[in-house]
Amino acid sequence: MQRFVAFTSLGRRHLPNQYDLLALLTIFAILVGVVHASRGAIEPLAAPGATEIHLDVAYLPYYAIRTTLRMFIALFFSLLFTFTYATLAAKSRRAEKIMIPLLDVLQSVPILGFLAFLVPFFVTLVPGSVAGFEIACIFAIFTSQAWNMAFSFYRSLRSVPADLIEVSRGFNLTPWQRFWQLETPFAMPGLIWNMMMSMSGGWFFVVAAEAISYNNNTTKLPGIGSYIDAATTKGENGAVLAAVATMAVVIVVYDQLLFRPLVAFSSRFRVELTASAEQERSWVRDAFLRTGWLKPLSAGPQRLFRRFALMRLTLPPGRANPQVAVRAARGSRLGDVAFTAVAAAIGAYCLYLIVTYFAAHFTLGDVGHVLVLTLLTMLRVIFGIVLATLIWVPIGIWIGLRPRIADRVQPFAQFLAAFPANVIFPLAVLLIVTFRLDPDVWLTLLIVFGTQWYILFNVIAGAQAFPNDLREAARSFSIRGWDWWVKVIIPGIFPYYVTGALTASGGSWNAAIVAEYVHAGIKQGGEVRNYTEVASGVGSYIAIATERGIDNQIWLGVAVMSLVVIIYNRALWRPLFVLAEKRLRL
Amino acid sequence: MLQDHAQTLLQIDDAVQRYRTGSGDVGPLVLDHVSVELKPGEIVGLLGRSGCGKSSLLRIAAGLAFPIEGKVSCLGRPVTGPVDGVAMVFQSFALFPWLTVLANVELGLRAKGVPEDEARKRALRAIDLIGLDGFESAFPKELSGGMRQRVGFARALVVDPKILLMDEPFSALDVLTAETLRTDLLDLWVEGRMPIKSILMVTHNIEEAVLMCNRIIVLSSNPGRIAAEIPVTMPHPRNRLDPEFRQMVDRIYALMTKRPAPVPTGSATFPGLGLGMALPRVSTNTISGMIEEVHAAPYNGRAGMPELADSLQMEIDDLFPVAETLQLMRFAEIADGAIRLTPAGSRFADMETDARKRLFGDHLLAYVPLAARIRMVLDERPSHSARSSRFLEELEDHMSDEYADRTLKSIVNWGRYGELFAFDEGSETFSLENPQ
Repeated sequence: MQRFVAFTSLGRRHLPNQYDLLALLTIFAILVGVVHASRGAIEPLAAPGATEIHLDVAYLPYYAIRTTLRMFIALFFSLLFTFTYATLAAKSRRAEKIMIPLLDVLQSVPILGFLAFLVPFFVTLVPGSVAGFEIACIFAIFTSQAWNMAFSFYRSLRSVPADLIEVSRGFNLTPWQRFWQLETPFAMPGLIWNMMMSMSGGWFFVVAAEAISYNNNTTKLPGIGSYIDAATTKGENGAVLAAVATMAVVIVVYDQLLFRPLVAFSSRFRVELTASAEQERSWVRDAFLRTGWLKPLSAGPQRLFRRFALMRLTLPPGRANPQVAVRAARGSRLGDVAFTAVAAAIGAYCLYLIVTYFAAHFTLGDVGHVLVLTLLTMLRVIFGIVLATLIWVPIGIWIGLRPRIADRVQPFAQFLAAFPANVIFPLAVLLIVTFRLDPDVWLTLLIVFGTQWYILFNVIAGAQAFPNDLREAARSFSIRGWDWWVKVIIPGIFPYYVTGALTASGGSWNAAIVAEYVHAGIKQGGEVRNYTEVASGVGSYIAIATERGIDNQIWLGVAVMSLVVIIYNRALWRPLFVLAEKRLRL
Repeated sequence: MLQDHAQTLLQIDDAVQRYRTGSGDVGPLVLDHVSVELKPGEIVGLLGRSGCGKSSLLRIAAGLAFPIEGKVSCLGRPVTGPVDGVAMVFQSFALFPWLTVLANVELGLRAKGVPEDEARKRALRAIDLIGLDGFESAFPKELSGGMRQRVGFARALVVDPKILLMDEPFSALDVLTAETLRTDLLDLWVEGRMPIKSILMVTHNIEEAVLMCNRIIVLSSNPGRIAAEIPVTMPHPRNRLDPEFRQMVDRIYALMTKRPAPVPTGSATFPGLGLGMALPRVSTNTISGMIEEVHAAPYNGRAGMPELADSLQMEIDDLFPVAETLQLMRFAEIADGAIRLTPAGSRFADMETDARKRLFGDHLLAYVPLAARIRMVLDERPSHSARSSRFLEELEDHMSDEYADRTLKSIVNWGRYGELFAFDEGSETFSLENPQ
């Protein structure tokens, strides 16, 4: 491969070609955008226009870049977190016992509820600068991205094929070498897929986190989220639509420029016996591979990386001896007991702190009230998922069984899943006000509005993967109608459906915090009137507490909600997941 | 003697290895005081059936696993981990799918810190030697099985090992490809074009062992012990049709089917006694198939194992468990490398399906204690049902989790065929009722 490159660059094609030009333009545009946007991010708060939002459409590209930059910084830290946390959990038997359940809980906690606490904390870190708010916002995005990436990486690390491990041990690969030569490549396809999912989820958070209202004080970080917030308050529907369009463009661009090439690249890391029939393609990657100058130029960094990945970086002698390590692992019962004891003690102390805090600030009645609100929200989430299932499962199956339609619809469904639904929430207010609808009912639809697409595209994928011989068998025994749905296709796509519905339900809980409490300005006869629509539930409870700055209520709301979400996931989704994995995996 | 000892490349002394159960406790014996010695210029085959610990032994030699007792030394030094100068070839090839052929071969060198240019040069030489020219930039998934295993060989040879360890390197390949690769490897060996001084290979294919090895170590199963050590003095290249070759194959078959020293109670074929007997995973179709095959002409009730293996296209790893299941259920007897049907076995062969199932059920109850036990529990209980977990736990007292699981699956399968009991997969319950 590399030799081939060397030949072409020495050959007649000395001059840069049109692909080089294209690539260089893209790279420069990205660099300029990053520099420009990052300057704004560290301005002092008092600087003119540092947190002012202009509704002029000309500002939108700049806002879009600011928002995107936040996303990528958060993604970078999520990767950093993934590589450290998941690796530690996978390598240390003891750490694993604590870190994995913790990750499981973090995954189901509605992070948006915590936003209120993050802001004051980070602002005091960098006083008087926009940077504090930036960090808070980036942290919020990080918390929406990191967990599933870490989970995927951990799972991959635990399932590296045994024979490849033996090869790397046989060659005496050091842990560092093994990490870069075996474990990371093996984990790559799963990690990249989860990065895409995280980015999709992240847009939702960035829109929610840019305009941070806390204690009746709203600070607006320049970005698309703030722009939409400002536009809706002023009732500028045209500006809202422009922002929605910009968002769409941004999502398509990052997908094409970053993820398509990454997915095409990662297909190489899949451990499979035969080359799969369909190759993921990316025009960006193809263009890059055709460049005359850039590709050879990238050989240098590639070689550097290879050298970096092959450094031996041995541990101090003694630990490096595998026989000693094996023996040590055998006789460590005492260590286990000590570890469990310490962990239990810390856990008990935390529980004590929590109980005393809650006992000091709330009565049982408060807790009961919030619990009822949470159950109301749960009802909404369940209702929404059921509704989305009833609508999208048949449609998804219909599409998925028709390859030509599926190929066209699938990217669109994935795009819709990535699209931050909260961008259009203000429009819902407009509808509710205009048609005098009941917010308790109609805001429910918003909860699943953004997440229903996960169900759709997973069901499409499931139907696409449904084996053709099973379809033909069903046809030859003339299994039709109800029997066909219940005995053939629904069990066939069930594992895919569960994956999609689980993602959708997780996202819906977070969406509830934003979706149960929406406001918008509506122009009526020249003046702007502000409407706020509230559906009673734990989401609106937290949102209102955040706006008014009542910390205790936020704590209570988030705590009860987290607890219910965890129980709900365990009781409902886990059995379904186990069923799908054990019985219905084709 | 002393000088002789200095020449030894690899020495395993009195190795004892045990399974580790799920809870981390040590379980049944895998290797029971096994000693192996490897001298320059020889190909040694470890021959045995699954469960004889041959793979464990190979991993001990490779420094990938450590025996609980016993000493291992390699190239004159005690083994404390993977040794430079020992390379391994895997049954599953174990190639890194994201690396090209060249990068796969280079990896071992680069990991050791060999400079890039030199690693490239040596890798290309190894690729050349093993006949992979032109495939340097291909990815493993683009190659056929035979080509992939060639990469496996090139990767092992490139580090200039003194000892080559091979773990059933040809068993994942089809017959023709395996034969080509074997011949190519033997040619390189005979011509001395590899840096290797000695080869230790694991195999369950008797002909392969006789074809390649200078010395064959036959391991008995459960626990692994050395049953025999057979020198093979025929010069390379060997001819499978040579009478001497055939004789040796027959001799090894006889050796491997020899009745072990009589044990006072229970069956000697499977490890463990009574309830603790570990059962192999053998389908009832295969059982009937083999009875029919032995009953019919040309065998007419008595078949030599090598011929049977040939006509059924089964390797000993598949053949022996079936034959021994027949023996356990008293449908056949195995002795001196041949299997002979009992009267019950002959009757079975002549029966219709329903009668066969009844006879099978009767024998299952009579001769497999676990089946009798399950049936007894079901008969005693008013509900006539029992969770499988209670039997699984009982089994786990006697054997490793993996064996217990396999044993239970076998008894479910056999019991269903013999209509002794029903089993519901979802609730994991045995019962006496058949589903409506």
